[in-house]
Amino acid sequence: MTLNRRAFIGTGAAAAAVLAAPTVQGASHGKPRVIVVGGGAGGATAARYLAKDSKGEIDVTLIEPTRHYYTCFFSNLYIGGIRDIASIGHSYGTLASEYGINVVHDWAVGIDRDARTVTLAGGAVLPYDRLILSPGIDFVDGAVPGWDVTSQNKMPHAYKAGSQSELLKAQIEAMPEGGTYAMVAPPNPYRCPPGPYERVSMVAHLLKQINPTAKILIADPKPKFSKMALFQEGWGNHYAGMIEWIGPDFGGNNVEVNADEMALSIDGEVTKVDVCNVIPAMKAGRICEVAGITEGNWAPVSGHTMQSRVDENIHVLGDATSQGDMPKSGFSANSQAKVAAMAVRSVLTDSKVFPAKFSNTCWSLIDTDDGVKVGASYQATDEKIAKVDGFISQTGEDAALRKATYEESVGWYEGITTDMFG
Amino acid sequence: MRNNIPLREANTLGGVYRGPSRQDGGGSILKMFARRPLAAVFLFLGGIAHAEEIGDAERGEKIFRECAGCHEVGQGAKNRIGPQLNGIFGRKAASVGDDFFYSKGLQRAANDGLLWDLEHLDAYLENPKALVSGTRMSFRGLKDPQDRHDVLAYLRRFSDNPANIPEAEPTQLPAEVELPPEILAIVGDPEYGEYLASECQTCHQRDGSDQGIPAITRWPVEDFEIAMHAYKKKIRPHPVMQMMAGRLTDEEIATLAAYFKDLE
Ligand SMILES: Cc1cc2nc3c(=O)[nH]c(=O)nc-3n(C[C@H](O)[C@H](O)[C@H](O)COP(=O)(O)OP(=O)(O)OC[C@H]3O[C@@H](n4cnc5c(N)ncnc54)[C@H](O)[C@@H]3O)c2cc1C
Ligand code: HEC
Ligand code: HEC
Repeated sequence: MTLNRRAFIGTGAAAAAVLAAPTVQGASHGKPRVIVVGGGAGGATAARYLAKDSKGEIDVTLIEPTRHYYTCFFSNLYIGGIRDIASIGHSYGTLASEYGINVVHDWAVGIDRDARTVTLAGGAVLPYDRLILSPGIDFVDGAVPGWDVTSQNKMPHAYKAGSQSELLKAQIEAMPEGGTYAMVAPPNPYRCPPGPYERVSMVAHLLKQINPTAKILIADPKPKFSKMALFQEGWGNHYAGMIEWIGPDFGGNNVEVNADEMALSIDGEVTKVDVCNVIPAMKAGRICEVAGITEGNWAPVSGHTMQSRVDENIHVLGDATSQGDMPKSGFSANSQAKVAAMAVRSVLTDSKVFPAKFSNTCWSLIDTDDGVKVGASYQATDEKIAKVDGFISQTGEDAALRKATYEESVGWYEGITTDMFG
Repeated sequence: MRNNIPLREANTLGGVYRGPSRQDGGGSILKMFARRPLAAVFLFLGGIAHAEEIGDAERGEKIFRECAGCHEVGQGAKNRIGPQLNGIFGRKAASVGDDFFYSKGLQRAANDGLLWDLEHLDAYLENPKALVSGTRMSFRGLKDPQDRHDVLAYLRRFSDNPANIPEAEPTQLPAEVELPPEILAIVGDPEYGEYLASECQTCHQRDGSDQGIPAITRWPVEDFEIAMHAYKKKIRPHPVMQMMAGRLTDEEIATLAAYFKDLE
């Protein structure tokens, strides 16, 4: 662990002093302290912007258990064989060395909102003036009967990237000739609305090359999904006859699995499958529940500052939030992080605040060089983050435009990962 | 400058692509040139070909429209998004002077001795990044060799010696949108610029590199503003940028232009 000593001070007397000084935060202990939990799209961006723009005036600690963050974005391209796994892995070295962020590789396991401290699995208790939580998602227990996290080694979700993505890809590669890959798609709201369908496209892309008689089955509780017309057109063009989508009208919402038998039951009809990619219903990363800032499955926030509606000293970012109209995406989390960093800086160092602006674009790859996108811009209102304007790729676009769209997504990947990790 | 070398004397064969009667003998020369005409001419001439030996300059003038959004050429040509291209033949790479900011990539290549002769220009225009990794020129490249030859023939006309540069208006394109001087005079708050620009940097990289999304750092303020207003007014078609620019005020666009101009 790379904790610096300062992080330990303040559990006793200093913490009490912090409590007694509600407004001028940080005055009692030198630099104001911000702790960011989760080094993903939201957390890494927030930590970097805080450190960069406060020019050393804020002490930033980033808590993230893994040493390598594998982006979910482009993990489907890895499964399709278009990127290798190393190309989607990122380390925290630059954030620590160039931005002076105190990167601690551990889990946050407790949050004391009154004392304003975060407890780590390793036992350390760290005080904060402001806390930023960007822990991503966890799965709702019992969402898919027969599946729980202990089944994930047989029936992977691959909805957190890294070893899960590698496992899923290996299983697909090992499918018998003409075998079946099944996906249990999640109900709304969930991380990356087009993600499951880009996944199917990339699985089809891989199977078309290595196992062209294989079948793909999707059991879906939703009557329609993101970019549906674009995906269905693309599947028809590139993978005719390979993909079967079963919506709720045909039992896609009535699913059960048995991981030991590799069995999937849809509306009572049991099918043996070779790969079963279960993506269960989602909720905010568990630490939000631990902090007591969730309502239902998610942590409600104000769009002006990304502050928790429950505790103004906590800002929540990304997938874990309920905020209004923005989809749960890496782009959204990154966009929200900049608003939160600005708000936190203004409280702690008196810098200027400007009206919150957000945007999002989600690209999906249907087949080699066949990219599509959907995006929108947003603004904060008192009730929610509200959509202002948007666009979506059209069916029937020509190949050159689709290729340019894919190339843009590659540019975006470079851009956002640089924006996150420096 | 090496561009006054008397090339004609060196050539005795006549015709457009003249080559050596080296070991392959007369018969295969045409075929060889059909495959790699420019390189071959270049190797033989050891210097710089005249415009008419390179390609069709008239056609090249039209193709240059693809470049003119970024480059000017002709008397009084100024550096815009790209450097002015007068005297480009025989010019050392990245050498128009201090008021143009070149990428580290091109500067490195220049330090390694990159000189703009026909062969290297041809390679750069075919695929800028293949020749100069990290170049800031956001241009896909001209895949058709004839297009490259013709545009180079056109540029060659501006490369003899400065006195020979034809008297024509510099090639600046008519602006896509006319911006009144009040708009161009807006000076934004740099802190606001920093915040607004953070939204752009999810896609456009700070260090000016570009892979699939163009570089927007170090542009002249006016060009930047024109581009943004062209998206805002939906004159430029790209949906992402129409949306991004669509909700920016004139002042915000000016603030962003100033911010990105000075980014290191
Ligand atoms: C297959 C797939 C494809 C996708 N494609 C795209 C795309 O093309 N474009 C796009 O914009 N988005 C895409 N997404 C969505 C994107 O990955 C997420 O929306 C984004 O990562 C959310 O950011 P976050 O910061 O909320 O969470 P994450 O990026 O998941 O980061 C959360 C981090 O918190 C850490 N953490 C969790 N709990 C704790 C704790 N208690 N203590 C310390 N650390 C903790 C985790 O280890 C993790 O690193 C895709 C997702 C998937 C699954
Ligand atoms: C989108 C803007 C853009 C377009 C379009 C563009 N260029 Fe460029 N060009 C640049 C930039 C920026 C540089 C500087 C590159 C660097 O610093 O790496 C450059 C550099 C060059 C150079 C090297 C100049 C020097 O001083 O070393 C040449 C030659 C050139 N461009 C020719 C062309 C030609 C010919 C075309 C059209 C076929 C073209 N460019 C199209 C932006 C552009
Ligand atoms: C979602 C990704 C994305 C975001 C965010 C984004 N851009 Fe762009 N930008 C693009 C793409 C893609 C293009 C190329 C568009 C085209 O082909 O016309 C582009 C083009 C441009 C151009 C013209 C470049 C040229 O070579 O002519 C400018 C200027 C520009 N953007 C500025 C901005 C500014 C300023 C912002 C922030 C307010 C911004 N962009 C935000 C993706 C983005």
